Amino acid sequence: MKKILNRPEDVVEEMISGLVEVHSDIVHRVGDTRVVARNYEGKGKVGLVSGGGSGHEPSHAGFVGKGMLSAAVCGDVFTSPTVDQVYEGIKAADKGAGVFLVIKNYTGDVINFEMAKEMAEENDGIKVETVITNDDIAVEDSTWTEGRRGVAGTVLVHKICGALAENGASLEEIKEESEKLIKEMATLGLALSPATVPEAGKPGFELAEDEIEFGIGIHGEPGYKKLKLTSSSEMAKEFYTKIKKELNLTSDDEVVVFVNGMGATPLMEQYVFANDVLKLLAQDNIKVAKKLLGDKMTSIEMAGVSLTIFRLKDKKWLDLLNQEVEVIGW
Amino acid sequence: MNQEKIVIWFKKWASVVNEEKNYISDLDNAIGDGDHGFNMSKGLTAYLTARDAKGVDSITDELKLLGMTLLSKVGGASGPLYGSAFMAMAKLTGDKTELSVEDIIEMLEAGIESIKKRGKAQRNEKTMVDLWEPAIEKMKEGILTPSTVDEIVEATAPLKATKGRASYLGDRSIGHIDPGSYSSGILFKKLLEVLY
Repeated sequence: MKKILNRPEDVVEEMISGLVEVHSDIVHRVGDTRVVARNYEGKGKVGLVSGGGSGHEPSHAGFVGKGMLSAAVCGDVFTSPTVDQVYEGIKAADKGAGVFLVIKNYTGDVINFEMAKEMAEENDGIKVETVITNDDIAVEDSTWTEGRRGVAGTVLVHKICGALAENGASLEEIKEESEKLIKEMATLGLALSPATVPEAGKPGFELAEDEIEFGIGIHGEPGYKKLKLTSSSEMAKEFYTKIKKELNLTSDDEVVVFVNGMGATPLMEQYVFANDVLKLLAQDNIKVAKKLLGDKMTSIEMAGVSLTIFRLKDKKWLDLLNQEVEVIGW
Repeated sequence: MNQEKIVIWFKKWASVVNEEKNYISDLDNAIGDGDHGFNMSKGLTAYLTARDAKGVDSITDELKLLGMTLLSKVGGASGPLYGSAFMAMAKLTGDKTELSVEDIIEMLEAGIESIKKRGKAQRNEKTMVDLWEPAIEKMKEGILTPSTVDEIVEATAPLKATKGRASYLGDRSIGHIDPGSYSSGILFKKLLEVLY
């Protein structure tokens, strides 16, 4: 393992310390917790909290600030934060109008966030609502699995719900809107090379030099197939075809395209891939109202990309996505 | 069983989990994310440190301390699942200084109810439930022994996971022992050692 570290077990603590120092104009750390909160107060507005395992930077602390999250809770690498930390996050985010939790669909995250919600309701009388994101269509959503995982699409949920909160929407309104949003997005990811969790010291999975894995999760969970390395246009076609089918996209639809880097893939390659995706959408006469590209939901140093397509079923979603924010990573 | 014996029970559990943390993590690596042994070892060690520092003087506080430590030190799913189980048990013990076998069974039943509620899990989904429920049933009949605990753990291998991270593997989860059932199996075996 070759990484810029001191002791592997200190990586999350030291990352948080560095992050809040570098961006002290936007965020701060709450006491000695694992909570990164925004400096902007947002008094009387709904607070938004997200979080999860670390290793997905800039998710989620990079989306803390005016117009997006009020606080992010950072767990150990690839491990959900503990109940008491999420509880601290909820308390930090409460500015009198309730707190909304954006949870990615992983067993640990769901359990810890839901228990923290109950604690905040019982001990502090804070009103808390939640949404569980599940945009990863590589995983079958049936009674036989834990359900689809929450991946890069979660960032779009942060942005839209954050803008709603900033504009003064109520907790109930944000909850209702979030449930509509998550039905209109689908994501697929691929990996060219694996990630190494610092404390584990070795890669989480193996891929041959000429292999790519389609449908990979953001913690190296196995995908739906391994193939020999192919061209960017073939990768784009594979994902676009599946997502188009899942969302039943037609030429009447207006969409947002979000190409996300997994950590070690250069922007150069992300643009090549995005170019191929946009060509496919143009061929089908599907209007792309907004494009996003870059490392937003990473998997440490995994090489790869994910593609998220989000249908703008409600036109106001576009305005909310375009609304100004003061965060590190948008 | 008095508080002293409860502490011996938990210490024995911690000691075996520490010894076998690599093996437990290997079990998890096969079908999960490979950290169950390390996480449980970290949480149980933190509990032992906390109880020595604090001085705990009742069964209820002992259960609460273990529950809270697991909740606050062990991320992922296993911390809150085990943590909530011990917190649920602490609600039953009140100011009792001695627990009968019946009390223990009632306590364990409250524990598994909490695990099922938190994990939204039922039997045969290849989770800790597949250890706790049959083990408690056998305890009620008075026929739970260390070797029956092992048999129950082994019986999780042919199950297909439909809950937790192993569920993403579908059929590929078949043939592996459930790591949560394994760590729970140690808890039950150590209980048998101090209870009778």
